[in-house]
Amino acid sequence: MNQRRSLFVITCIVFGYAFLYIPIFSMVVFSFNASKLVTVWDSANSPTLKWYHALLHNNEILDAAWISVKVALINACGAVILGTLAGFALARFARFRGRFVLSAMTTAPLVMPEVITGLSLLLLFVALEQAVGWPAGRGITTMTIAHMTFSMAYVTVVVQSRLATFDMSLEEAAMDLGARPLKVFFVITLPIVFPAVLSGWLLAFTLSWDDLVISSFTSGPGSSTLPMVVFSKVRLGVSPEINVLATITISVVTIIIVGVSLWMARSKRIATSPA
Amino acid sequence: MRAVLGRFKFGGRGLVVVLPYVWLMLFFVVPFLIVLKISFSDIDLAIPPYKPLWIWDGEHAPAITLNFNNYTFLFTDKLYVKALLNSLKVAFVSSMLCLLIGYPMAYGIARSRPAVRSVLLMLIVLPFWTSLLLRVYAWIGLLKANGVINNVLLHLGLIHEPLTMLYTPFAMYVGIVYSYLPFMILPLYANLEKMDWQLIEAAEDLGCRPWRAFLSITLPLSRNGVLAGSMLVFIPAVGEFVIPALLGGPNALMIGRILWDEFFSNRDWPVASAVAILMLLLLVPFMMWYQSIQAREAAASE
Amino acid sequence: MPKPTDPALKASPWTDSDAKPYVRVEKLTKSFGEFKAVDDVSLNIYQGEIFCLLGASGCGKTTLLRMLGGFEKPSSGRIFIDGEDMTGVPPYERPVNMMFQSYALFPHMTVEQNVAFGLKQDRVAKAEIRERVATMLELVKLGGFAQRKPHQLSGGQKQRVALARSLVKRPKLLLLDEPLGALDKKLREHTQFELIGLQHRLGVTFVVVTHDQEEAMTLASRIGVMDHGEIVQSGTPSEIYEFPSSKFVADFIGSVNIFEGRLIEDEPAYVRIASPELGGIIHVGHGISAASDTVVWAAVRPEKINMSTEAPTATDNVARGAVQDIAYLGDLSIYLVKLPTGKVVRVTQPNTSRHAEAITWDQQVYLSWDDSSPVVVTR
Repeated sequence: MNQRRSLFVITCIVFGYAFLYIPIFSMVVFSFNASKLVTVWDSANSPTLKWYHALLHNNEILDAAWISVKVALINACGAVILGTLAGFALARFARFRGRFVLSAMTTAPLVMPEVITGLSLLLLFVALEQAVGWPAGRGITTMTIAHMTFSMAYVTVVVQSRLATFDMSLEEAAMDLGARPLKVFFVITLPIVFPAVLSGWLLAFTLSWDDLVISSFTSGPGSSTLPMVVFSKVRLGVSPEINVLATITISVVTIIIVGVSLWMARSKRIATSPA
Repeated sequence: MRAVLGRFKFGGRGLVVVLPYVWLMLFFVVPFLIVLKISFSDIDLAIPPYKPLWIWDGEHAPAITLNFNNYTFLFTDKLYVKALLNSLKVAFVSSMLCLLIGYPMAYGIARSRPAVRSVLLMLIVLPFWTSLLLRVYAWIGLLKANGVINNVLLHLGLIHEPLTMLYTPFAMYVGIVYSYLPFMILPLYANLEKMDWQLIEAAEDLGCRPWRAFLSITLPLSRNGVLAGSMLVFIPAVGEFVIPALLGGPNALMIGRILWDEFFSNRDWPVASAVAILMLLLLVPFMMWYQSIQAREAAASE
Repeated sequence: MPKPTDPALKASPWTDSDAKPYVRVEKLTKSFGEFKAVDDVSLNIYQGEIFCLLGASGCGKTTLLRMLGGFEKPSSGRIFIDGEDMTGVPPYERPVNMMFQSYALFPHMTVEQNVAFGLKQDRVAKAEIRERVATMLELVKLGGFAQRKPHQLSGGQKQRVALARSLVKRPKLLLLDEPLGALDKKLREHTQFELIGLQHRLGVTFVVVTHDQEEAMTLASRIGVMDHGEIVQSGTPSEIYEFPSSKFVADFIGSVNIFEGRLIEDEPAYVRIASPELGGIIHVGHGISAASDTVVWAAVRPEKINMSTEAPTATDNVARGAVQDIAYLGDLSIYLVKLPTGKVVRVTQPNTSRHAEAITWDQQVYLSWDDSSPVVVTR
């Protein structure tokens, strides 16, 4: 391929990445700042780990984080199951009744403003409670259902696009060699699309972990998630502990994403090497 | 519900379709019908804080009282119309800014060497995986009166008094563009990556200058990527809540924020529902457009 | 060319009316909506054969093969294999295996696991699996590659893994979809003979789909030429080449000159055809079954035409023209000779001598052929 890049494009790239990363770096740097003023560097006492220590003893944040982990884990598993099924249906079944509706229902949550999704789900839960008595009040269950609904759409897109490039003769070959359809799915199809399913799982986990708006609508008393706690803190002004939280989040995400990407680049090379 | 289920043949294949179908029907489509219903009811000091739409005394046919007050209220009070128009403006300007910044970046990534490309791409995706809330929060630290940017500028002697940047429309635009940039770059990149660059060579071979070749070949061919990226920024930005709430200050009139306040502060669920329905009516055409672009793109790559 | 040598197998069972066909296809039709991909095909294939389905893309040959494998349900008709009705049996219960065009090697399994996959499905004992896989890998000369993953293999090696995987279950019938299509020309020729050798050693019946007539001629005991979902002619390679039953087959297999004409003399021992295209009479040294004065076509292969600068003595089967173009291919040369009627005739001449007095562009030449050379077809 031709490798010409104009000065203009290179400048844009440099500025674009600076724009994306300067805020992130500033949080990392100031997480080691001793001053409570956050953005004023206290060179006498910095760098320090005192805010890390403070964060690890902040029970409000730790409790919220625990709730977030629970919701995100259940959500990711549920969303992967539903999203994989939907992705499979859309990629494999050329024609079935309701195909258009299903594809619209899995695209819409990707762009739907969160306030609308959040409000509508809350009103559903309230109406359901009135009608059938379930769910009794709002909390982790309602939040998880809400998260699964929008994050399964992301899983669907990922799985569907992976299946679109799947060589169908692999499944036929397995059947030809005597494997029954269900076995073919578990022994051939699933292992090959596993990277896509895994990225769907990670995506669903992250979406749930980060979500503020939909959680705010669908949570109940005593089930504040980490973003909800952070939001109420940030509204009151900047806090050094949030910088620490951000730094930890960024480090964990970077390690996981880089690791998974490297692993996937390897398996992708295997899957797409010319037959 | 039974009618919907009955249309599928049960069995392995049927189950694959039915499970996600029923889930999305119940938790995605039905909720909108409830929002629609409540948008026609009256506010009530009760739990839940709205009056039932139909009252049935057991003898007469149910009396349905459709109440358009919430909608007339939205259009008589200038606040809502202004907020709606302002949201559209902010979302449009933000998508254009994202496009201006994102296109050259996506182009540069698509044309870089494969090894560099995967690193650049990962750097685009990485912020996308870290919490939006935390990244928006970072801008508070950068933009506020004694924040990083003002400190640097003061230190360099470029300004003598801190600039007011936080809680202005400027801060809100910065926040939206910053948060949604990856959503613009990724579909654009996906589109440009499939581009046959020999077309550009052919155009240049036929006497086209590079800039002209870009305008007459690359840009038209990346049309679907441009549209998809713009929709991915525009639609959610219209209803954005977090960024205006944190960066925009009290005067940032955004419809998502109005909905939030109606719901959480005023506890006026019917008006909040009416706002949601209005927003939805406005956005559905764009969503359908987005889906048709996606379908076209999928058809083109087969 | 190797032909079946096993004395138990008859050299040409299809000529024996008592021989029992191994695969029997009866009035098989497959329609996709209005379109008939396979149209009322009946076919007998005998044990130990290599039967090639030959045709252009879209002629229905792959659909026919996929119906034999059980991947497509026939719209009507029946398939019998070794006397058993297989029409509705799913692929995983058929004693048939297929080698896919893309090879379809499982990318997440090693060569050994790929080959063992089919045996595992049948719950063959572990020790036996190991032994049979090893034997099979030796047979396809991949003994040292058992632990490789498919992406670490060359195209030819992948092809042999796919072959080993489909043969290790000792199928009654092996279906091969464009088995050599992904290989380059040199490797393809070499592999063709390997494939025939392997087939003889194992005695498995092969059905091969190909669009490459050279491949079909090399591999096949018999060829079925397909067009628009129908088998238009089936026979041994030489039958198909020397006695095509229609203009389509004559034209599809090799190259041919076709002269349209009218039957003017129709005797049991010979016929004569007046061809305005040739500008003369074609004399054919055998009788044909067509009514007098009907339009027929005489097909003459380019290598069966003599070209000379001197006028031949005969008056039939002769034409005169000017050399319009010459293509030198090394072993032979192709001449395009334009007749006064406007018809361009293709002639090939072997380059037996290095310094033959060359016939050159625009030279006037005489074309002639033996009265056994033309084949007369009526459609």
